[in-house]
Amino acid sequence: MTQDEVRAKVHQFIRKNFLFDEKTPLADDQSLLGSGVVDSTGILELIAFLEETCRVKFEDSELVADNFDSIDKIAAFIMAKLSREKV
Amino acid sequence: MDLLTSMVRAIRHRGPDEYGLYRDRRAGLVHARLSLIDLTTGQQPLANEDETLWIVFNGEIFNYVELRRDLEAAGHRFRTHSDTEVIVHAYEEWGNGCFPRFNGQWAVALWDNRSHRLTLSRDRIGVRPLYVREHGGRVWFASEVKAIFADTTVPREIDPAGLDQTFTYWTPLAPTSLFRGIEELPPGSVRVYDGEGGKHDTVFWRPSYPVNSPDDYPLTLDEATEALAEKLELATRLRILRADVPVGSYLSGGLDSSITAWMGRKAKEGVFRTYSIRFQDAEYDETEFQRAMAATIDSDHQELVVTRGDIARAFPEVIRHTERPILRTAPAPLYLLSKLVRDSGIKAVLTGEGADEMLAGYDIFREAEIRQFWSRQPASASRPKLFDRLYPYLARSPGQAKGMALEFWRQGIERAGAPGFSHDPRWRTTSQLKRFFSADLRGALESHPSADVLSALPPDFSRWDSLARAQYLEVVTLLSGYLISSQGDRMLMAHSVEGRFPFLDSDVMEFCNGLPPLYKLAGLNEKFILKRASKGRVPESIIHRPKQPYRAPDAVSFAEKGAPAYVEEVLSEGALRDAGLFDVGAARGLYEKCRKRAGDAGNELVFSNTDNMGLVGLLSTQLLHREFIRGDGSAPGGKIEYKTLIDRVQFQQLQGTA
Repeated sequence: MTQDEVRAKVHQFIRKNFLFDEKTPLADDQSLLGSGVVDSTGILELIAFLEETCRVKFEDSELVADNFDSIDKIAAFIMAKLSREKV
Repeated sequence: MDLLTSMVRAIRHRGPDEYGLYRDRRAGLVHARLSLIDLTTGQQPLANEDETLWIVFNGEIFNYVELRRDLEAAGHRFRTHSDTEVIVHAYEEWGNGCFPRFNGQWAVALWDNRSHRLTLSRDRIGVRPLYVREHGGRVWFASEVKAIFADTTVPREIDPAGLDQTFTYWTPLAPTSLFRGIEELPPGSVRVYDGEGGKHDTVFWRPSYPVNSPDDYPLTLDEATEALAEKLELATRLRILRADVPVGSYLSGGLDSSITAWMGRKAKEGVFRTYSIRFQDAEYDETEFQRAMAATIDSDHQELVVTRGDIARAFPEVIRHTERPILRTAPAPLYLLSKLVRDSGIKAVLTGEGADEMLAGYDIFREAEIRQFWSRQPASASRPKLFDRLYPYLARSPGQAKGMALEFWRQGIERAGAPGFSHDPRWRTTSQLKRFFSADLRGALESHPSADVLSALPPDFSRWDSLARAQYLEVVTLLSGYLISSQGDRMLMAHSVEGRFPFLDSDVMEFCNGLPPLYKLAGLNEKFILKRASKGRVPESIIHRPKQPYRAPDAVSFAEKGAPAYVEEVLSEGALRDAGLFDVGAARGLYEKCRKRAGDAGNELVFSNTDNMGLVGLLSTQLLHREFIRGDGSAPGGKIEYKTLIDRVQFQQLQGTA
């Protein structure tokens, strides 16, 4: 899976599960918590989705805003994690 | 006369005991009575000695005995033993200056048939509702909107501003209501129509807090604790003894209703009835603490077990009574509880409402203090750890997105001095739901934005300390507009039960508002002084238990399998399009998501806060549209027979023809 693919999947998931429409603007570098698109419980839905779709498992210590607060950050974090796991 | 009768029929749940009507050529007054004081002679409408001043009144003036003494000394003569007659004479004596002298809860209309002056007033917090419509030189007023809608010539439309405010503050801000052209008279105010086309509004009370240093406060903590207990006891005694029927009490399991019930028990000999809601969902249930308190005061205790299905089935009636959308289902169990109270023969209950606002019980006050503290050192890792003390689940389960929760609270901490700082996280979260608004609704709001609570703050607001500022905002938004109305008076009155609230006694409120902030919130210890005052009265297990917000199952009640058919109906594409308030795709998307999550086997039924509020908010708005825009909000009729009937029109007509 490429970083662009992850980005696209996450983008689509957020649109379908949190925005419920195609019109509301959603930028890849937008803060998801800061802009209120996802609330702190909603992040759990997002994490469950990522674990299923990208076949990764997150440690508690990884569940910080820095890793999940925008689509870009999520995609970068997943890629880094996948490449670490390959090694 | 038919119109007046239709109006009173629409709100007969507020007073099913007796009906009364007065009319002359200029005005008509009609009243539905819930008889609690002076059962034999307290009928309304009621007049002064020469029948020039007529009143209709819903509520209680708890200090009417003391006021009557003063008025008798000033030469006023009384025919009844009611508090209603005291209002009439107090108004004659002091004019609009009578209202600040009242300690009570009221919606009142006074009609002077000589000067054609109509005076309307509402109590300090707005316990009793009062709505007004003006059109073409006429004025309609009533305790509930549905009575105004009983006039079929009145157009019924949703006011986008009221909806916008509800999806920000959880309530419209009076005078804005949910309905275009219908005003809610603001709490603590008086409106006079002077009979010559003029209209004069005055606010006689708003919450106010000290501007001087807490060091100047004259009482030690021990003295203040004792003073609070005395004032609360007096306030409770007034609410138990100033009734010619027995008064019961709610027991939620929390500190506020426990101390209230203890004081209520002490006020009067004999059987004392208490009532509690239990939940089938263990997450919300507080049975253990309710029973502990009932045992302590040896009350005749009744419990009502509420299920998700009960909530879903009652919800359309709940919204017919709230007359506004709600974002939580919490009022629904209270609607069911008031029925149990009424069926057991009780017409009035004490509750602990107001304690959290007056004495800083809510998490929002503690969150604001932590965020304030954090804001002084935004890079600090230790300061936000205080949230672990506020929400122990954060510390217990670090994997549960603790970092995300902190990120949420971190938002906006740089604006620590700003007026809405304490409430910004709540208002920001709630406002997110506006993404469900339809393009038309958004357009209407762009051209006519709704009023902002921060644009009408009292002049001293910025001189109050941060806790007082947060308390003020909480009182004027959530307490007045939601807790004491949608979750309070409306749910009680739906089954003809009156709520009485010792913490909203005017002396208690003034005393609490004057306390140094540290007596209320000591560090993160909420309602510090009340906990001290409750020692020896309330079991320690209740005093020291972590605060549990009263909640009921929300979205899951409507999304689970077997939910009532109306849910699908009002959230159908057709109904959503018909109301035109929400984006059809987005609203359907949310509903489908909730249904899927409720139906997924193995899913823990975790609904995010946004989804919970979103589904309940959308559903209640759609029901409001169905009940009040497509319908007129009334329930099937019944016969109204007047016990008091003063018909000056017919009298004058008879005189004219004689």
